[in-house]
Amino acid sequence: MNDDHVHPDGDLACIEEVELITDYLEGALPDRDRRRLERHLESCPGCTEYLEQMKMVAGSLGGLREEAIPPELRESLLASFRALRSDP
Amino acid sequence: MSSPGADQIDERLAARLRAGDERAFAALVDRHSHALLRVAMAYVPSRAVAEEVVQETWIAVMRGIGAFEGRSSLKTWIFRILTNVAMRGGSRERRSVPFAALAAAEDTGEPSVEPDRFLPADHELFPGHWVLMPARWPSPEEGLLAGETRAVIAAAVDELPAAQRTVIALRDIEGWSSEEVCAALEISAGNQRILLHRARTRVRAALEDYFGAVEAIDYDAVTAALIRDTERQDPT
Repeated sequence: MNDDHVHPDGDLACIEEVELITDYLEGALPDRDRRRLERHLESCPGCTEYLEQMKMVAGSLGGLREEAIPPELRESLLASFRALRSDP
Repeated sequence: MSSPGADQIDERLAARLRAGDERAFAALVDRHSHALLRVAMAYVPSRAVAEEVVQETWIAVMRGIGAFEGRSSLKTWIFRILTNVAMRGGSRERRSVPFAALAAAEDTGEPSVEPDRFLPADHELFPGHWVLMPARWPSPEEGLLAGETRAVIAAAVDELPAAQRTVIALRDIEGWSSEEVCAALEISAGNQRILLHRARTRVRAALEDYFGAVEAIDYDAVTAALIRDTERQDPT
């Protein structure tokens, strides 16, 4: 049930909340659902921690980025480029 | 990395590539090959075949750059070529499954957190609320990528199903926007979010297991406190 008018005080259960966290972080929740989720967060330390951990996961992965590709692959690509340029 | 200006840099490199500039080609290869390899890995069964797909993609880019009209970003155009190359199949062993189908096959509808970590839905006072809630991870200020946790995160990403791994890699490792990921993989925004959610959820769970960071809630104590509060407010 997502209808505030039907359940004006209806609290979101934690088991529902954890499924909505990425939609929330992506700004994809309708306003009413977002408000309901934020209201739940105000009184739920477990879900607040869950949200923080999902943010930490998302924010930390950039450190795994690698720039380099295998040098043989790079060399081979540049050789293909030269071959194609001289004999298109 | 998707920063303002990345597309403009690509456009300038594309113009130089059209004129046969090898350094522009090398720059484009360095900018995009790593992500191309990641996406290729979603379609084909091995790293070696993925490298072949990337190689064929760049050859198609060289041949086709004259026809690139800039209606999409260069990045989107290159990744569309990669998808076509990967899907074309051929004599080598390649999966010929569109990314959206791969994603659908992976979606088993699994819950984000084990249901037994919550109270049952028919609980009188707190239905569906945490029994074993997430506890704070140790020393987050050092960053999750310091020391051993880096290996835990890397292993968790490697073990993800292909579609989830590709989306989290492009979004969170390569730093692409959701629009760029949807365009390159030809999936809807909703599907992209589901894959991202499942992927981040599994990485979070791997870290939680590693830290052993869960905390039991004593509902007897919570209930007793509630009753005390109620009695205090209504002493009849």
